[in-house]
Order: sequence, then C-alpha cells, then structure tokens
Amino acid sequence: MLLEIKNLHASAGDKEILKGLNLSVKEGEIHAIMGPNGSGKSTLSAVLSGNPAFTVTQGTVHFKGMDLLSMTPEDRSREGLFLSFQYPVEIPGVSMVNFMRTAINEHRKYRKQEAMNASDFLKLMREKKALVELDNTLAGRSVNEGFSGGEKKRNEIFQMAMLDPVLSILDETDSGLDIDALRIVAQGVNKIHTPQKSCIVITHYQRLLNYIVPDRVHVLFEGRIVKSGDFQLAKDLEKQGYDWVKQELKD
Amino acid sequence: MGKETTYLNLFRNYREVLRQYSAPLMDSKREAAIGLFEKAGFPGPKDEAYRQCRLDALLEIDYGMNLYRLSAPPHPSKVFRCEVPSLSTKLFFVVNDVYYPDPDPQKLSEGVLYGSINAILREYPELMAPYYDRIAGQSADAFAALNTAMAQDGFLLFVPAGVEIEQPLQLIQLFHGEIEQMANRRNLVIIEDGASAKLMICDHSMTQSSCFSNQVTEVFVGKKARLEYYELEMTHPNNARLSNTFIDQQASSSVFVNGITLNNGVSRNNLNLRMLGEQAESMLSGLCLLDSHQFADYHVDVEHVVPQCTSRQLYKYILDDESRGVFAGKVLVHPNAQKTSAYQSNANLCNSSRARMNALPQLEIYADDVKCSHGSATGQIDENALFYMRSRGLSEQEARAMLKFAFVADVIEGIQLIPLKNRIHNLVGKRFRKQMSACAGCDIC
Ligand SMILES: Nc1ncnc2c1ncn2[C@@H]1O[C@H](COP(=O)(O)OP(=O)(O)OP(=O)(O)O)[C@@H](O)[C@H]1O
Ligand SMILES: [Mg+2]
Repeated sequence: MLLEIKNLHASAGDKEILKGLNLSVKEGEIHAIMGPNGSGKSTLSAVLSGNPAFTVTQGTVHFKGMDLLSMTPEDRSREGLFLSFQYPVEIPGVSMVNFMRTAINEHRKYRKQEAMNASDFLKLMREKKALVELDNTLAGRSVNEGFSGGEKKRNEIFQMAMLDPVLSILDETDSGLDIDALRIVAQGVNKIHTPQKSCIVITHYQRLLNYIVPDRVHVLFEGRIVKSGDFQLAKDLEKQGYDWVKQELKD
Repeated sequence: MGKETTYLNLFRNYREVLRQYSAPLMDSKREAAIGLFEKAGFPGPKDEAYRQCRLDALLEIDYGMNLYRLSAPPHPSKVFRCEVPSLSTKLFFVVNDVYYPDPDPQKLSEGVLYGSINAILREYPELMAPYYDRIAGQSADAFAALNTAMAQDGFLLFVPAGVEIEQPLQLIQLFHGEIEQMANRRNLVIIEDGASAKLMICDHSMTQSSCFSNQVTEVFVGKKARLEYYELEMTHPNNARLSNTFIDQQASSSVFVNGITLNNGVSRNNLNLRMLGEQAESMLSGLCLLDSHQFADYHVDVEHVVPQCTSRQLYKYILDDESRGVFAGKVLVHPNAQKTSAYQSNANLCNSSRARMNALPQLEIYADDVKCSHGSATGQIDENALFYMRSRGLSEQEARAMLKFAFVADVIEGIQLIPLKNRIHNLVGKRFRKQMSACAGCDIC
C-alpha cells in the first residue's frame, strides 16, 4: 500500500474539519475524490502535505510504510509526495528558475546525489516545459506572480513533472482551465504516470476524469469518505448531484 | 551633566595635545564645537531625534582615546583582505582613528588628493578652508560636535573639477585594541564641479573589545558632479557606531548612497542630504539585517532647498530574534522648491515576536507644485509562501532565506557597481543561511 489513511481527524483552530477519514491507495492507482464545497477535500490535501495551519487530532497516515504525519513538509516532498494546490501561492521576487533549481537540488541532496549542473538543469526544464506546453516567459518570472488562473494550474503540473513524485494530489487542477489547457494538463499527468505512481485527483467535474481515468471514485462529505465506487459513480454524481448520496446517508 | 563632564574635562586637559597633533584648520573649529557639545549634552530621553535610540549604557563605558596618535598594530594591508573580487579597488586604511599611510602610493589623476585628512588640511589650508566643518558646524547633533572637538584624523578625498575617477576607491575602517576605546573619525569628500568618484567605506572589527566609533563625514558634490557612496558595516556585537554623514549637492549633480548593515552591535546612522542646486538627483538606499540583540537606526533627512530636484529613499530592514530597528526618514521641501519629486519607501520584515521595528516616515512640504510620496510597511514572512516552498522540498531555512532575499532584492539590485553588487548578493545570502559568523570576509577574525 502506498498510502493508508486511518480514522483521520483534523481541525483548523477549534473547528473540526476531517472527522474520521479512511482511504487506501495502492501503487499505480488513480483515485478521484469528489464532494460538495466545504466538505474537506482541500483540508485533506493540506494535512497530507503537512500544512501547519491544520492539526491532526486523531488517526494515522502511512506513506510508503512511513509515519507521514511525523515528517516535515519538505521531507514528504523529498519522499515523493506532491500537491498541486487549489490556490497556488504567488511569491514575488523568487524566480521560477531559482525556485525549481533549489527544489531539485534539495531533493537530490536528500537522496545523497550531487547537485545538478546548470546545463542538465536547463535541459530538464526545457523538456518538462514542453510536456505541459508552459509558456517560456512564465518560467522566467517570479513564482506564480501575475499568472492567470490557468497559467498557475499549468505551472503546478510543470513542477510536478520536474519533481517526478510517486504520489500526486491534484486539488481542483482542472478548475479555471480552458478545454485545450485541460487536455494538455491531463496528457501531462498521463505521460508521467507509470505503474508505480499513484494519483489522487480532487475534482468537481467528470470532464477531467475522461482524460485521467480513475480506478476508484470517492465521495467526501462532512469530513469523511461516505461512498466509494468506480468511474460510474463519477458519472452519476455529475448527472444527479449529491442529494441522493446525502439521502442514502440519512437512511 | 554626568557623562558629558568626562569628555569636557578630557578636552580641557588635553587641549594642548590636540593642538600639537592636528592641522590648524581642524584645531580652529574645536572651541565652538565643544561649546555646542556642552550646551546640548548627549541626547537624553526627551530628545526627540534619539528617543528610540538609547545610548546611555554605551556612554557609561570609560573609553580610551588615542590622543597621542600611536599606531599600534602592523599595517592592516598585510593582514586584512576585504577586496571585492574583480573590483580593482584602491584600498585605504584607517585603524581606530589613525590613517595608515598608503603602502603603494600612486597618483590617481592630476590634482586628486587622498589620504590623511589631518595631513592634507595641514598642507592645503586655503583649498580646504571652505569645506572643513562647513556643514557639520551647522548641525545641532551633540555627537557631531564632539567629533569636531576631538577628531584628529580620518580620510580625505578631493577630486578637482572635471576629473573622473573610474576606479572605485575603498576605505577600510577597522577597530583594533584590547581596551574599550572611542574613535572620533573624521572624513571629508569633495567632488568638484563635473568630477566623479565611487567610494566605498567598510567598517570591520579586528578585536572583540567594546569600541565606539563617533564618525563625521562631510561630502560636497559640485555642479554636474557624480558620486557613488557605499557603506558596509560588518562589525561585532560590542561595536557601537554613531555616524553623521552630511552631503551637500549642487546643481545637476547626482548622488547615489547605499548603506548596508550586515553585522553590528548598536548603530545609529544620521544621513543628511541637502539639495542646493536645481536638477540635482539623489538615490539613498539601505539595508539592515539584524538578529540577536543588534540595533540599527537610520535617520535620513533630505532637504529640497531649490526647485526641480529629485530624491528617492529606499530602506529595508529584516529583524530576527530580539533585534530592534528604527527608520526615520524625513523629506523637507522648502517653500520655493517647486517641481520637486521626492519618494520615500521603507519596508520591514519582522520575523520574531520579540523583535521590534519603529518606522517614522515624515514629509514636510511647503511648496505646492511637487510630487512626493512615502510609504512604510512592517510585515512578516508570508506563511503561505513558506509552506508552498517547503511542499516542493525546500528546507524551512532555505525557503526563509529565499523569501528574505526576495524582500531585499531591490536594494541590492540597485547597487550600481556590479562586482560589489555580486559580493553583497553573496554575503547577504550567507547571512540568511547563517553561514556567516560576525565579520566574515576578513581573514583575521
Ligand atoms: N484555516 C481554516 N480555518 C477555519 N476553517 C477552515 C480553514 N480552512 C478550511 N476551513 C473550513 O473547513 C471546511 C472545509 O474546507 P476545504 O477547503 O477543505 O473544503 P473543500 O472540500 O476543499 O471545498 P471546495 O470544493 O470549495 O474547494 C470549510 O468549511 C472551510 O471554511
Ligand atoms: Mg478545495
């Protein structure tokens, strides 16, 4: 098992958001998480990536057999966890190139590899930029600063391609993308997907799942996974909304 | 009058010694200055300009002064390296307040004078009389007055009309000694009409004893003259720096000032700029990186006396631990100084709940047709950005360093001497990554 979440409870301040969440993801699997606004999807991604704004009050998370919750955010990344943010952060004054070079080299240092030389690094950048068709000028600018919504999302996938994670969490990467961008991002994800690599796709829409076909689909509601199924579940949700799920829960 | 008495007595008891060792021009200003000092006294708690900068404890220390002009340590050029790589500077040394003769005297250009202020004032009294103490003598600052009363040496640079010195000049001011001491350093920089120069002054410490540097630098920039003036402080926690810099700028001249406090103890920098001729422009910038118990206080005073001048101020502070910063920037626009453009910007990053920043931006405008703006903001590292970076594998320390760097980048990018900019870049990076102990960059401490 690549990721195993058991009875996860997490809060922000005194507000409990995740209320006993269970989820297991095997190597090579693609899972989709859907659910109404405010149900806790982004909170789950934040807790998994170690955002200090949230406190875990109960439960365990194992990633590659390690106790994920005791690891720093940077070590989670270096072990191969990647989060594509729902709202990528703008960092004025830090150039994309410098940011990525530092990230890559911190990963390499963690694996006791030497720093990548400048020309290899630029080659890697070029290759991955092409993969997600990232505008050349964007890579020369400050991280996300002044990027459009769609450009930010594309930049997330570019960073994912650069860092080559084993588990990627895409938090609404499809929102704000036009149809072409959606296809490019999805193709980018598929190109780096291998039988060892897993992906959790958080989305409201089936359209992304037409490109990235999930093995499992889950419904997150009020801080818990309340329903799981196959791709058909996503189609049903898209057509009928969440009311029937809520009704089922009541019954 | 407690602490003042010590200095007044010292002055009276050693009046003859001061006379004996100094140029008549220097000596002629002492009486007026000591009178002013006696009247003003060291700034007390009610003194508005020093309210945030309490120097009482430092002034309690019984400092020695080198009144008999002994030069103890070996020539610093033998042990000291502060060269900026690929910046072929001409180096000058002042240890405490003793100017060390240039081991490699060379003519910089026809008519250029450089070296010991005491020696040059002695040799060229007529040439220097219109300059020495002309601005400082009008100041009400007690430390400036004390300096004029007690100063015996320092550095002088005179660039005659029309002469442009391309090569950057670098003055290294060092402290050396086992006992507590005060150095009244006195510098004079004269760039005549149409002349230009680049001067960089670095403050370092060679020993760890308590030192008080009470410095006055007068700068005259003539018509159409250009000056780049850099200051870099890399001293240690027992160092106190009280610096008064006075710059007078004539028509169509341009002045660029950049001051960086990289490591220090207590520093108070008074920078007074007067724009006395039309079409003059100035850019004043600075950076204070403070941690542990460091204290830095910039008082920048820009006076637009005549129309059509432009001044800019850009000052940034980063405070960690229990450090304290003060920035007081003032722009005064005289009634007839129409078409003035004056911009002031101060931004501070306060990374600890125990660190404190006081920012006091001030505009005083008495003309109506002017463009002036000022802004000051004190904030913290953006936690969202920090987490975003860590989520990509950057260590917290590295992420913080990059964010701090981004914060100060515009001040560093503004440095016009490229090799110096690169060197500062490097030093600041090291400082943020905590790879630099106090006073890195020299081989001796
Ligand atoms: N830092 C915080 N402090 C307090 N409440 C928070 C915080 N972060 C999130 N919440 C609340 O927790 C709940 C879950 O938020 P979350 O962002 O995880 O929802 P989501 O499922 O991702 O929603 P969406 O589909 O709109 O992105 C919401 O009610 C939200 O307001
Ligand atoms: Mg969300």
